[in-house]
Amino acid sequence: MSEVMIVGVDGSEPSMRAAEYAANVASAHNAKLLIVYVIEWSPYTFNTPEENEQRHNRREREIEAADSSVLQPLVEKLSGCGASLEGLVFHGHPAKMLNRIALDNGASQIFIGRTGGSGISQLLFGSVASNLVQTAAVPVTVIP
Amino acid sequence: MKSRIKKILVGIICLAGVSAFMTLPVQAQNEERVLSSAQQWVTGIEVPGLGYRSWVTGIQPPSTVEVAEEATGIDALVDKIMSPVNAVIYNAVFFSIPFLGADLKLVVAWLVVGAVFCTIYFGLVNFRGFAQALRLVRGDYSNPNDQGEVSHFQALATALSGTVGVGNIGAVPILIVLGGPGAVFWMIMAGLLGMSSKFCECTLGVKYRNENPDGSVSGGPMYSLKKGLAQLGKPTLGKVLAIFFSITVIFGCLGAGNMFQANQAYVQFVNITGGENSFLSDKGWLFGIVFAILVAVVILGGIKSIARVTEKVVPFMAVLYLIGALVVLVVNADRIPFAVASIFNHAFSPQGVTGGFIGVLILGFQRAAFSNEAGIGSAAIAHSAVRTNEPVTEGLVSLLEPFIDTVVICTITALVVLTTVYGDPSVAHLSGVGLTSEAMMRTVSWFPTPLAIAVVLFAFSTMISWAYYGLKGWTYCFGESKAAEISFKLIFCIFVVIGCSIPLASVLDFSDAMIFAMAIPNILGIYFLAPIVKKEMKSYFARVKSGEIVNYRRLEKAKN
Repeated sequence: MSEVMIVGVDGSEPSMRAAEYAANVASAHNAKLLIVYVIEWSPYTFNTPEENEQRHNRREREIEAADSSVLQPLVEKLSGCGASLEGLVFHGHPAKMLNRIALDNGASQIFIGRTGGSGISQLLFGSVASNLVQTAAVPVTVIP
Repeated sequence: MKSRIKKILVGIICLAGVSAFMTLPVQAQNEERVLSSAQQWVTGIEVPGLGYRSWVTGIQPPSTVEVAEEATGIDALVDKIMSPVNAVIYNAVFFSIPFLGADLKLVVAWLVVGAVFCTIYFGLVNFRGFAQALRLVRGDYSNPNDQGEVSHFQALATALSGTVGVGNIGAVPILIVLGGPGAVFWMIMAGLLGMSSKFCECTLGVKYRNENPDGSVSGGPMYSLKKGLAQLGKPTLGKVLAIFFSITVIFGCLGAGNMFQANQAYVQFVNITGGENSFLSDKGWLFGIVFAILVAVVILGGIKSIARVTEKVVPFMAVLYLIGALVVLVVNADRIPFAVASIFNHAFSPQGVTGGFIGVLILGFQRAAFSNEAGIGSAAIAHSAVRTNEPVTEGLVSLLEPFIDTVVICTITALVVLTTVYGDPSVAHLSGVGLTSEAMMRTVSWFPTPLAIAVVLFAFSTMISWAYYGLKGWTYCFGESKAAEISFKLIFCIFVVIGCSIPLASVLDFSDAMIFAMAIPNILGIYFLAPIVKKEMKSYFARVKSGEIVNYRRLEKAKN
């Protein structure tokens, strides 16, 4: 079984850079790269009955949108790098989810872009990158 | 297609007729009357009965109401026309029999017998399934790699926002005034029993729901009655009961789930903005229009942010109310032993209550049934929206509702009243929310304001939930279509304005009767379909035990 690496993307500019960087590293290691898009979602929110009823539809649409507008173009763009690529979409807490996928797939490392924001919101909520750095069970590379 | 539109139109015309009839008196009414009736809504406790609404309204059942003599104009005309019709329906649904010296409403007995049956038939599922229900809500059995669908927690929260409401704060003091502390004991007992009937109806709701072509789901007792009874070879009975349920849910929704809630919100709003001197004290219609616009924004879609805000604020308010109540209890901790002792002592030997022991028991049971709606079938509609392969899991989660609603929140309100103002003759003139408010004010002077805000928000979230229940009844009758949906939602908003403007006793009594009429087909359905639920339940617990149903949390722990 070849080595597996993971890159978390969200469609943002830094995450695209991270994916590119990860693809290069992966092809150098002859590894497989999983490009993972985690849609932020919590099972502990409060919804109206109507939102609950539509939830299944919305979930499908979210997955479809993430796949067609981010993952597919990205896989196409990076297909020349030599590494084998696979795009995946999940719902959940981004940092926890990336870590879980890394463990489940026996990945050797995780790549993640950094939004580079600062200020109150970063202070309060942290970023996926910093969260991941502190909790991940495998090495994390943060691409600026 | 054409016939469907025709059906919708006929439905709208009927409802519009009723509503037009009811809006007319707004102009005819003089302002004083509006105010006095609004006040009567919140203060009145002249009625020695414990109707779903009469506890706050002070409006007597139609059989004893004497409106016709004093009222004038179209208002009176509506009452005159409605009263005989209403008296028949009200008296049929709330038919009372003298029972060992007490007054027993048959529909309450129907609910209690249903709950006792479920508790026994499902082998004390209310206790044995409790731990499993908590594990489900915590998400132990949800695959972490397969998130994004409605979680058990979300389904429970949504259903709870429909049941936890003004009654939890305002109706419990009335119960104590009428039945003494002992009634609280029986209320708790009934809450515990109600968990079993809730379990059964919600399991059925999920099992027999419809998955629509667009991926959304519609469920509830009307679907379980139709499909479930067809499975048992009784398709005609099922269809009749399903239609009966849908009609009652539509009217119950517009009345108790809409007009009553809107009116309560208005009265509370007037109270916190200065009572009689409030700018809004004689402008119910204005408050109604603003409230209706807010409701419209939420249910007619477009701007989801308000829904999101209320759905986040309401649980926050519920927690705030509980914290406030606990503060009161801590401050008055020395009186808690007395309060608890009186609940138990008076349960079996009440003092000065009509009907003695049985009378207190009936009052307590009635309060619980009105509060947690177990056996009514409403929550099953909300739970059906969850996508799960195991209907039993939704049933288990739903059994937490009567527990939280009645056994926790109502009991805490009762303790607050018992440790502070109970037995104080100086508060004899107060009742309902007013009494709870007074009880809290004695400990912390500014508590009544957040309490009033909580009541307004509770009313709002209850309306949002009931709008959905009513809509499902409506689309069951008229078919799933955008036209049907929008027409119902518009009607719903119109009724918000009506509810704030004119509390018409007869119309509201009618809708109360409708809410409890929902229990008739629903519990009948439970009796017919209980064996199916039992089979599912046994299979589910067996598979949990064998490990076929994976506990992901435990799996995770074992991994690390």
